[in-house]
Amino acid sequence: MNIPNDLLYTNEHEWIRVNGEQAYLGITDFAQHHLGDIVFVELPEPDAEISVGESIAVVESVKAVSSVYSPVTGMVTENNEELENSPELLNEDPYANHIAVISISNPDELNSLMSPEAYAAFCAQQEQEEEI
Amino acid sequence: MTLKKTPVYAMHLKYHGKMVDFGGWDLPVQYEGIIKEHHQVRSKAGLFDVSHMGEIDVKGEKSEEFLQHLVTNNVKKMINNQVQYTPMCYPNGGVVDDLLIYRYSTSHYLLVVNAANTAKDYEWIFENAFEGVTVKNVSADYVQLAIQGPLAQKILQKICDTDLEQIKYYYFLPEVHLAGISCLISRTGYTGEDGMEIYFAPEHAEKLWEAILQAGGNDITPIGLGARDSLRFEAKLPLYGQEMDADISPLEAGLGFFVKLDNDDFIGREALIRQKASKPGRVQVEFQMLERGIARSHYEVQKDGQKIGWVTSGAFAPSLDKNIGLALIDRKYAEDGGKLDIMIRSKPVKAQIGKGLFYQKKTRQKG
Repeated sequence: MNIPNDLLYTNEHEWIRVNGEQAYLGITDFAQHHLGDIVFVELPEPDAEISVGESIAVVESVKAVSSVYSPVTGMVTENNEELENSPELLNEDPYANHIAVISISNPDELNSLMSPEAYAAFCAQQEQEEEI
Repeated sequence: MTLKKTPVYAMHLKYHGKMVDFGGWDLPVQYEGIIKEHHQVRSKAGLFDVSHMGEIDVKGEKSEEFLQHLVTNNVKKMINNQVQYTPMCYPNGGVVDDLLIYRYSTSHYLLVVNAANTAKDYEWIFENAFEGVTVKNVSADYVQLAIQGPLAQKILQKICDTDLEQIKYYYFLPEVHLAGISCLISRTGYTGEDGMEIYFAPEHAEKLWEAILQAGGNDITPIGLGARDSLRFEAKLPLYGQEMDADISPLEAGLGFFVKLDNDDFIGREALIRQKASKPGRVQVEFQMLERGIARSHYEVQKDGQKIGWVTSGAFAPSLDKNIGLALIDRKYAEDGGKLDIMIRSKPVKAQIGKGLFYQKKTRQKG
């Protein structure tokens, strides 16, 4: 399981790369692996106002439909339109292909996100629960 | 709850199947990826463990008469070593299950039924059985493997003592040897490709699984239930619980071809005759998405803001590279070319009714 150490993570398996006031948002390797072949991505509208915890995008694999939740409040400044025609990019490299960029209005919200170490432990625990 | 395991279970682990709870069975949803496995079957060959399917043995002098009464198709038309697909209905025309009937003789048949319905089917068949007919649930006596794809026969032939060419579409041979193991082999399947389904004793499960993969070399891989569903859907093969169920008759589900209303009395006949005469209020249509979105089973279908039906099966079709579906809708909207709204996450997404939108089956022709 690939977990880059320069990102922050959520317990819904999203990653965030903070760049000044911008947050790049995507799904993790764990997420794409569990979804399987991704065949459809529904992107947020640019300029959409998003609250923390709100569904910002939908990722569909052959078998499953999964919401992507925004871990921050803010405005969508960019969506990655390439995913509309090539949703499989999220399987091929989930960290090189963000879903959207959000301008962060409340930086304090970042404090509740997981560090790479905490997220690695969280994934390990989830995998263990699956085994049972 | 402990999940049931098929006799092939150890092989799924060996080949790194991603195991899931499939109606109480611990089975692989995929090995390497659903889309890759889907293309593997369409282009070469794939091996499926379908041992969870149920087998019910029907024996006795009046077996033929009994089955003619039990199901909607014409069992009396079958000859020895033939296989027939048929719905089995309740008196009101709703479907108990859809199944395959294998005829050894007019006094011995094997019924192959859907895994989740096996217990219910057995009870239904047992309750309705004629005197002198014995009905036995023999599911535990069989492993069932499916080998599907254009190279399926060629691969099996390498380890087979019998010329498989002589098994025609929807026929079987009860005693063929594969890698020295005695099997029943039929030219049947659930993918829209040519291929075989084989039934044999559980103690040989692992040995035959390995022998088939070895015989196929690079031309065959194990295939999970995810691709089994995408293959059957893309070829427009119906799934019990989606296209038909206790509340959806075979006429509504587009399976009228397998309902022989001219037969003597069978369970559900009167209701189905009435339904046909008054034309069923709901019909199945094929549709293609016009806007971005994947229609999925149970999504609501609307017209001008009103509910007119629902999606029975819908998905991305990998070989066609498009988003298509089947819907059961109010008859008056079922016109070729008609527009539908598929409700995806509470938003209407445009789709269009069409014909021939699904994969052109590559199975052999009858006869």
